[in-house]
Amino acid sequence: MRMDLIQPFIGSLDAVLAEMMNSPARIVDLTMEEEGYRKKGLAASVVFRGEVEGRVILDMDPGAAAQVASFLTGGELDPGEPIVPETVCELANMVIGNAVTQLNDRGFQFKVFPPEVLTHAQCEAAGQESEATILCFETPKGNVYLNISMHYHARRNRERTPVGVN
Amino acid sequence: MKQFEALTRKKDNQPVRYLVVDDSVFARKSLAKMIESFGGQVVGEAGDGCTAITEYARTKPDIVLMDITMPQMEGIEAVERIVHEHPEARIVMVSSVGYQDNILSALQKGARHFVQKPVKPDALYEIIRYVLNDDGITAPVGAGEKSR
Repeated sequence: MRMDLIQPFIGSLDAVLAEMMNSPARIVDLTMEEEGYRKKGLAASVVFRGEVEGRVILDMDPGAAAQVASFLTGGELDPGEPIVPETVCELANMVIGNAVTQLNDRGFQFKVFPPEVLTHAQCEAAGQESEATILCFETPKGNVYLNISMHYHARRNRERTPVGVN
Repeated sequence: MKQFEALTRKKDNQPVRYLVVDDSVFARKSLAKMIESFGGQVVGEAGDGCTAITEYARTKPDIVLMDITMPQMEGIEAVERIVHEHPEARIVMVSSVGYQDNILSALQKGARHFVQKPVKPDALYEIIRYVLNDDGITAPVGAGEKSR
């Protein structure tokens, strides 16, 4: 997987978490997986199609998700509150939206689809589709995982390149 | 949340009325909280573009905050349809996807401004003031909530 395509997602998650959690997050682990992904907490995924295609799963420890939800709603929320999974969806939307904006500014064209909350079964199924890069970010309220699976249609790019006629 | 000087309508000094359109319940709640801190009133909510069109006709808000990526009908198409029916509509796009094509397309269809998520209340407040232009005023000292 191309690191230059992954980097915007890392930068975006880092920036969004720093703002929402009022504290820095640091990457503590990076793994590659080809088998089913077992979610750790509350997960949401966003799919994108175009020159770069794939999906990103944002998976948060419930404590971390509850802190973001509390920050955004201005109240104190427990991890069990129904709105907390919805927070993960919105956070995934922000992280992925910001990242694809950066990629688009670099010339990649694609369409982003609305985020969806993932169950354990959906998570495992999504993880079986292709190789994924999984980054683990550590925050004071728990870990946040970013599972990125994408591929770049190099052929489409070549198709657009003008061919010289002699 | 920080409280802002209340933004009111110049014509009757009433709170500015908002329609909030986003498929995320959470995002709508978060925006509603900000609107409250601006002294505004949420008169309607919608989770997709189709509902936004009917809600606009029903509530005739002063400002619409509209997401782009939504199921059924996306925000940019909803903007086009609302502005076609109501040229006076003031719509601010609020989306995490902020690439130039999207922004340009939304502005061409009649949106007045664009804010990228995560939304900073100060930025949104200034944009709403700008979009309201002469039709919105901040409450005079003592009449509204002040910055704390």
